Amino acid sequence: MSVLGAAIHRRLHHRLGAPSTLFYIGAGLCLFWIVVAIAAPWIAPYDPIAQDLRATLEPPNARHLLGTDNFGRDILSRIIWGTRLDLQMGVFGVLFPFLIGTTIGVVSGYVGGFVDVLLMRLLDVTISFPFFVLIIAIVAVLGPGLMSFYIALALVGWVSYARLVRSRVIVLKHADFVLAARSLGFSGPRIAFRHILPNAIMPAIVFSVSDAVLDIVLGSSLSYLGLGIQPPTPEWGLMIAEGQTFIATAWWMTTFPGLAIMLLATGFSLLADGFAEKLGLRE
Amino acid sequence: MHRFKFVLYRPVQLIPVLIGISIVTFGLVHTIPGDPARLLLGAKATPDAIAAIHAKYGLDQPIPIQYLRFMENLLQGEFGMSIIYRAPVLSVALDRIAPTLFLLIYAVILAVLLAVLLGSLAAAKRGRPTDQAIRLFSTIGLGLPAFWLGIVLIMLFSIRFGWFPVSGYGDDFLDRLHHLFLPAFTVALATAPILTRNLRASLIAESQADYVSAARAKGLPRHVIFFHHIFRNSLIPTINLLGVNVGWLIGGTVVVEAVFSVPGLGSLLVSSIFARDYLVVQAVTLVLALGVIATNFAVDIVTVALDPRIEP
Repeated sequence: MSVLGAAIHRRLHHRLGAPSTLFYIGAGLCLFWIVVAIAAPWIAPYDPIAQDLRATLEPPNARHLLGTDNFGRDILSRIIWGTRLDLQMGVFGVLFPFLIGTTIGVVSGYVGGFVDVLLMRLLDVTISFPFFVLIIAIVAVLGPGLMSFYIALALVGWVSYARLVRSRVIVLKHADFVLAARSLGFSGPRIAFRHILPNAIMPAIVFSVSDAVLDIVLGSSLSYLGLGIQPPTPEWGLMIAEGQTFIATAWWMTTFPGLAIMLLATGFSLLADGFAEKLGLRE
Repeated sequence: MHRFKFVLYRPVQLIPVLIGISIVTFGLVHTIPGDPARLLLGAKATPDAIAAIHAKYGLDQPIPIQYLRFMENLLQGEFGMSIIYRAPVLSVALDRIAPTLFLLIYAVILAVLLAVLLGSLAAAKRGRPTDQAIRLFSTIGLGLPAFWLGIVLIMLFSIRFGWFPVSGYGDDFLDRLHHLFLPAFTVALATAPILTRNLRASLIAESQADYVSAARAKGLPRHVIFFHHIFRNSLIPTINLLGVNVGWLIGGTVVVEAVFSVPGLGSLLVSSIFARDYLVVQAVTLVLALGVIATNFAVDIVTVALDPRIEP
């Protein structure tokens, strides 16, 4: 029995590596924010957009744990509701670039030739622009808002995924299992997407977790500049922008939403680090 | 000197990319919903006036013809007129380059100093608490929004201690160093984590190389081995990383310029978006993209100059 237990343990250890404490902290942080986002209506003590002009700019106290803003809105409730938007920006911000990028990477790497040259030129052009500047410019054209942000990210963010997947596909398409699949008469798309892609996608998945960090920071930056979420919706970047006028008197207006961004982003960062280490992709 | 031949042919290779960039910036302004003539003249414009503007700027022509006209103007340095500044767009943008460049170089110097300090410390104390603390700093640092960091630094060092001005650009060189310290430090803090990680990893990798054992066997002092051998070789990938990330760095300065009201290209970009001054948006985007390409080119030259083994 103990022999079997040891064997299972060794096998799991081989698959996943030693669990790192930081990885669990990261996973815990992410889980915490997901729960906060889902439970927002029940755990937020106040309505996030209800103004209370008798309780403006109150410092943290027993009734308002993180204080109130210049309209008397409860900062804690606004942060809790804001989780829904900022978490969403991390998840959806990654989803579209991931899907587009991996598809382009597979097609470019597997088909090769003229298609590859064309797609890689497109990639060269896209990475020649400063990432955030191109995002801002596209959002400027499409008009401020979350939808514009996602479209801009999809148009610009696919490059990293395409590069990662393409470089793996180029190596894998000469592997024996591809030759075997081809000799069985499988179609090109089937070999590319069902046989090669599952073996090439892991680095892209790991990257997507650290990319989520980037998208959260980017999305809140856009809102800060006034190009993202519009008031009075509670969003962390926007809350910081609203608090900037009052930094000399009401430090809590900017400090707490910033800490929220930091804790959410750090959760994803630690998770990404943990994955990368377990899969031996880093150091 | 044949290793440097790429300096001659690289610009030719870049032509397709440059054409691509011009198409993207052209496309940006042309996808804007609404009629540019109406934007220029306001809502009460007569149909005749709009038609006149269309004819004047070639807006009644097919898109490919319009693109060729755009390219023709671009090559002559003609970007159109800014509707807000009532001046040629190019001169408006060029006026704003100096503060951005100053801020960028300042930030890069601070970021490299920070990364060298933290990276060498982490590599020297590998696995010990100092190393763990620096690693934690770089993990958290990746997720720190630059605009928030800037505001926190203002709250601490401008308002609480009164050491630095809250915003502005300064009058002479020293005044600028003073005014732009907090913005540059903000960008540096946002950039340092990636550089620190990279430098730590390559310092550790290099210190295990055979030539280090050879130097040790020869009896060279430790600091000579570190500075003349390990450090020099470790710096190359870090400089390369900095070059690759210059676009990222520029993105950071755009936001930080807005926080500290630095009169650079970033704040021009943001204010032009709100003013619907799209030709300025177009020009700034183009100028910044050219800046990225030029920087990458320069980094390639520096890399080849630093390491005789590298064939571009």
